[in-house]
Amino acid sequence: MGKLVIRRDLVTPDKANALVDICPFGAICYENGILDISSGCKMCKMCVRKGQGLVEFHEETKSIDKNLWRGICVYADCTGGKLHRVTFELCGKAKELACVTGHPVYALLIGHEVSACAEQLLHYGVDKVFVYDHPAFADFRVEPYAAAFCDFIDKEKPSSILVGATNLGRQLAPRVAARCRTGLTADCTVLQMKENTDLIQIRPAFGGNIMAQIVTPNTRPQFCTVRYKVFSEPKPTDVPSGEIIPMAVTEEMCRAAVEILGSVAKPTDIDIAEADVIVAVGRGAASEAMRAMAKELADLLGGVVACTRPLVEENIMDAKRQIGLSGRTVKPKLIFALGISGAVQFAAGMKSSDCIVAVNSDPAAPIFDVAHYCVVGDVNAIVPKLIDHIKGVS
Amino acid sequence: MKILVCVKQVPGSNNVEVDPVTGVLKRSGIPSKINPYDLYAIETALTLAERFGGTVQTLTMGPPQAKAVILETVCMGASHGTVLTDRKFAGADVLATAYTISQGIRKCGDFDLILCGKQTTDGDTAQVGAEVAEYLALPNVSNVLSIEDCREGKLFLTASLDDRIVTQSVRLPCLISVDGDINTPRLPSYKIRKSLKEEDAVRFLTFADFDDQDPDHYGLTGSATQVERIFPPEKVAQKHTLQGDAAQQADQLYRLLLDKKML
Repeated sequence: MGKLVIRRDLVTPDKANALVDICPFGAICYENGILDISSGCKMCKMCVRKGQGLVEFHEETKSIDKNLWRGICVYADCTGGKLHRVTFELCGKAKELACVTGHPVYALLIGHEVSACAEQLLHYGVDKVFVYDHPAFADFRVEPYAAAFCDFIDKEKPSSILVGATNLGRQLAPRVAARCRTGLTADCTVLQMKENTDLIQIRPAFGGNIMAQIVTPNTRPQFCTVRYKVFSEPKPTDVPSGEIIPMAVTEEMCRAAVEILGSVAKPTDIDIAEADVIVAVGRGAASEAMRAMAKELADLLGGVVACTRPLVEENIMDAKRQIGLSGRTVKPKLIFALGISGAVQFAAGMKSSDCIVAVNSDPAAPIFDVAHYCVVGDVNAIVPKLIDHIKGVS
Repeated sequence: MKILVCVKQVPGSNNVEVDPVTGVLKRSGIPSKINPYDLYAIETALTLAERFGGTVQTLTMGPPQAKAVILETVCMGASHGTVLTDRKFAGADVLATAYTISQGIRKCGDFDLILCGKQTTDGDTAQVGAEVAEYLALPNVSNVLSIEDCREGKLFLTASLDDRIVTQSVRLPCLISVDGDINTPRLPSYKIRKSLKEEDAVRFLTFADFDDQDPDHYGLTGSATQVERIFPPEKVAQKHTLQGDAAQQADQLYRLLLDKKML
C-alpha cells in the first residue's frame, strides 16, 4: 500500500525540528542527528505535505482483478428468529450503491429455522438471499458463524459487505475480515460507490472531530460496519422479489469451543435509540427543576429524556440515557438540545436526527452548528412557556 | 492460569480539531493516558488470577513512550509488560494492528486467556480484539459482563448480545473482550511504583524479534484500508434562528411542533 520514506540526504537540524513539530501525533523524533518516524504514526501524511520534501510517500500497489468480485452483500443480523432492523436499513443502502455498478444485492442469513426471516428480506429489494440454516447456528457463536460467512464469500465472491454494528456484527465482521486478510471500516456514517467498485467509507475519527474517507483499494471483499439508525429504513415492497438460496452446511462449519448454556432478555430499559422524540439535557439544564421540565416536555411529546456525558459522569442521569460516541447514537424525528454546548462527541451521536432544536444562552455554542432551529435564550424562560402552549394554558 | 491483557495508550482528550481552511490537525499538547476501557480488562485479569491462581502480564503497541501505560498496569498488579514498537508498524489499520499484536503475543509466551477492553477511546472501532483472536486461531467472546467460574479447562461467563444476556462456556485458551463498567478498577499502587525497576517491568519487542519477517505484513504496507482524505464535519446548511424574547421564541417553537405534526 505504500510507505513513508525519509530523504536522509536532505535532513538539516532546522528542517528536522520543524518536521517534529508538524506531526500531530508526535510520531516523528529527531535524536542524535537521526530523523525517524515511530509507530505512533497514523499516516495522516502531514509530514509529506508540509515537510519541505523531507518525507516522501512511496506507493506500492498490489492490484487484484476487481471484476472477479461481484455483488453488494448485507449481513442479515438475526437473533432469536428475528431480524435486527439495521438489516433493512442496510438493504436500502446496498440497493442505492448497486445502482452505480449494476451489481446484484445479496443478503446473507445465518441461523436456525429462519425461513420467515428469509421471506421477509424479499420485501427489501434484495436479489438473492443466501441461507445457512442449521441447529449449530441456533445461537450466535462466532466460530460457526464465521465459518459459514467465509464459505459464502468463497463461493459467491461479493465485492462489498455491509454489517450492522450490533454486538453480534462487531464480533463477527472482524473475524471474517481478518480471515479474508481484507479491510474493515467500523461505524461508517456515509457510504458511496465508485464506478470501479471501490466502496467509499466515511466515518468520524478522533472522537468525531474529523471525518475520514476510507477505501479498501487492493483487497476484496470490502467490509464495513454501520450503526443502527444511521441510514433510513426503506418501505417494504408489497410484492416479494428475488430468490432464496439454501446453502449446504458442513460438519466442519459447526465446530465451536463456545457452548451456550442459556440466555435471558435484558431487562426492558428505556431505549433512547428507539424514541421518535428526545428531549436532551446538558450541563446548562442539569438542575432538578430543569430536568423535571424536560421530562414534562418529553411526556407531552411522547418522547424520552436523554443527556450528555457530563451528567452521566456526575451520576445525575443513567448511562443508558447518554447520547454520543461513548453513549448511544440516536436518530429521532425531533430532538431538543437544552443547555447543551454540543461537544463533537455529543453531536456525532445525534446529528443525523431529522429535526434538531437547540436552546442555549451562549450564541457561540457549537450545538448551533448542527441545529436546524437555533434558539438563543434561557431554557428556564422558554421551555415553561412552550409547555404552557402545548397544554393550552396560554 | 497465564493471562495477558492488551492495552493501549490514547490521547488524554478527544478534543483534536482540524483547521477547516488548511486541513491541518490542531495539535494541542494533549497528555496521554491508558485507554479507560482497558482498566476493566486489567481488573478482570487481576481478580481472576487472585481467584484461580495465575499470572498477569500486559502488552501494548505504540511509540516507545507507550511504556508509560505498561508501567501503570504493573503498578496495578501485573507482573510485567511488553511494548511492541517499530517504525515498520506505523500507519497500521485494524488488520495490520491485529496482525502485529498477534505476532507480539506469540513472542510473549503461551497464554490461557487474553483479555481486551471493549474498545479504545481514540479509534473507537472495537474490532482489534476479534481480529487478534482470528490470527491466533482462538475462540473469542465480546461484551463479557461477568466471569462466573473457571473449571474443566473452561471459562463460564455471561456476555451481552444486543437485547439478550447469554450465559456460555468457552474452552481455554481463548480471547475475551469485557464491557465497560463491569467492575471497579483498582488504583495503581504507590508502593509498587516506588520500588519499581523499569528494566524489569517493561520490555520492548521490534519487528526483528518477530517470527514473520515479511515487512509487507505490517504497518501501512500490511493495511488493507487507506485513508483517502480527512475533512472537518460539515455544518448544517439549512438553519433557522428563532428571534424575539422568550415568549416569542416559545410561540415559534410551538408552531414548529404543530407544523411537524408532533402534537
